[in-house]
Amino acid sequence: MMEIMEGSHAVAHAVTRCRPQVIAAYPITPQTHIVEALAEIVANCELDADYITVESEFSALSACLGASAAGSRVYSATTSQGLALMFEVCYNVAGMRFPIVMSIVNRAMGAPLSIWNDHQDSISLRDSGWMQFYAEDNQEATDLHYIAYKVSEDHRVLLPSLVCFDGYIISHTYEPVDMLTQEQADSYLPPFKPYHRLDADDPISFGLFASPDYYLEFRYENDQAMRRAQDIMASCGREFGEMFGRDYSGLVEAYRLDDADTAIVAMGSLCGTVKDAIDELRDAGKKVGLLKIRSFRPFPTAEIRSALSGVSRVAVLDKNISLGSKGAACLEVRDALYGSQIPVLGYVIALGGRDVRKKDIAAIVEKAEKGIGDIFYGLREELLK
Amino acid sequence: MSYQDWFRQDRLPHIYCSGCGNGTVINCTLMAVDEIGWKENETVFVSGIGCSSRASGYIVTDSLHTTHGRALPFATGVKLSNPDLNVVVFTGDGDLAAIGGNHFIHACRRNIDLTVICMNNQIYGMTGGQGSPTTPAGALSTTTPYGSSEPAFDLSELAVAAGANYVARWTSYHVKELTRAIGAGMRTPGLSFIETMTQCPTNYGRRNKLRQVTDQVEFMKNHTALRQKLDRMRESGQKVPADVIAIGEFVRRDRPAMGVRR
Ligand SMILES: Cc1ncc(C[n+]2csc(CCOP(=O)(O)OP(=O)(O)O)c2C)c(N)n1
Ligand code: SF4
Ligand SMILES: [Mg+2]
Repeated sequence: MMEIMEGSHAVAHAVTRCRPQVIAAYPITPQTHIVEALAEIVANCELDADYITVESEFSALSACLGASAAGSRVYSATTSQGLALMFEVCYNVAGMRFPIVMSIVNRAMGAPLSIWNDHQDSISLRDSGWMQFYAEDNQEATDLHYIAYKVSEDHRVLLPSLVCFDGYIISHTYEPVDMLTQEQADSYLPPFKPYHRLDADDPISFGLFASPDYYLEFRYENDQAMRRAQDIMASCGREFGEMFGRDYSGLVEAYRLDDADTAIVAMGSLCGTVKDAIDELRDAGKKVGLLKIRSFRPFPTAEIRSALSGVSRVAVLDKNISLGSKGAACLEVRDALYGSQIPVLGYVIALGGRDVRKKDIAAIVEKAEKGIGDIFYGLREELLK
Repeated sequence: MSYQDWFRQDRLPHIYCSGCGNGTVINCTLMAVDEIGWKENETVFVSGIGCSSRASGYIVTDSLHTTHGRALPFATGVKLSNPDLNVVVFTGDGDLAAIGGNHFIHACRRNIDLTVICMNNQIYGMTGGQGSPTTPAGALSTTTPYGSSEPAFDLSELAVAAGANYVARWTSYHVKELTRAIGAGMRTPGLSFIETMTQCPTNYGRRNKLRQVTDQVEFMKNHTALRQKLDRMRESGQKVPADVIAIGEFVRRDRPAMGVRR
């Protein structure tokens, strides 16, 4: 049923329909509306779960790890500084292979303090072993939660997921959302079947010491699981489409890319603006298309290579920067196209909530056509004097 | 010089809601500083994140606005690297007792020569009114829509138990007493902890039958009693109502301290 919902509330209701049994979260702007809604839903007995008002994000994810180890489906949500504080636990969750799903309401990292949107927070967890899915709008932000649980809990994967969506731009914006009913959600996402869990009758230990004779193999297994996750993500996304009409089988999604000279690559809500800009550029006779990356981890290298094989140039928009190097998506797209002659140009954009308009996209396309790239786009030069 | 000269005029007006108690606590602090005669260039204000923690940014001295919960370790670094500085920490109940709780007990245990002023409004004010570790059992917040089911921390008792040299609790109603207590804390070597119950009309009062700012201030006036008096009542077998908050000086002692000016 279509409903007009704030992004945060849509996500909270989707999470409710995923039936997590334990929720632990610490409030942080702009994630608060999600966890407040869930606290109320649990307090109203509309969801049979424990909601723990922990004392920090570190405790939030630690409690989630414990609950997952004990065999529960769990949920948390955070952003920015909160995610940074979880860093240590994040590696442990992935290393112990607990299929936790967490929403990241993307926000810039301090200092300086900023509550506005970019992707630096989740991108900083690139190497932790968490899958990372980026939503373009409220609908995708809700749908990706069902899919994330299904992929994470698949016994061929057993890796945690971050469902990432842009702070304010999605979390605080009202849009029509087609919300699954509980029956639909249940038919798609079966109850959690832990692969391994704490069980007094069959004791096992998690997180023990791995000597140099074993550690390498643990990381290798993690890497293999992340690679396997590509196919599982595709099949879970396809199944979702077959059941509810919205197909998520692609880890990337193309828009007017078929005959494009310039391909823009982007993630998250920015893709909506890019699509509008592309329509205008196309009207003006410019052949521009978009390749949206939905899954940053696992990274669909082969899909990207084939999707971009026919273009003359690629402009990658990154709402993050590896200081001294480039944006994360730019580096990986360049890697995907290694060996081809297609130039890949990086644009660091929209950090700390700087607004991006259609004319900015047009300006970037112009720069790309001239071969100007690997820059911060939109700097206020007068501030740098 | 008056206490008002300590404000950074270019940072005003502040972001606080009208009726917020934080301004009163900042005024009391600056009055105490002014009375002691500390110099601007010898004083540093350190804070974490929260409405309360914004205080450091409104003062003319050097200040460190740090991450949520970590004001005390940052302040420890400042003080130990330069014991000649007067270091004051502004913090909130969430900043100090939730995410930074561990640092609180260790700073008290080490008894570092800091003055720590906690604006305890019993709520996470800045993020929109979620329950904190000092939200009283039964109180409403956005994460406890039918009342908090957890017991609350008594921050001053915690500071006493953990080893702070000076501990006092007042409220934003008790302006004179609060100013005196902050001054006494500043003069005491070692960690001084001054807790001030502070109204947050926007995110606490509104949800807890204290709709007007004055209701909450009245509540603090009528539901507080000197700790010594409450002890005497208990000793003589009298019942102390559960919602009465002990105020006054909790401890003043001379445990060995760290970072004291030589
Ligand atoms: C690591 C981290 N987690 C969460 C937050 C979000 N946050 C900012 S202020 C705050 C609570 C502040 O409560 P308190 O210290 O009581 O200050 P008050 O606003 O009530 O004065 C929270 C949870 C943050 N900034 N950083
Ligand atoms: S939310 Fe509460 S603590 Fe924050 S400024 Fe407003 S009244 Fe003060
Ligand atoms: Mg508070």
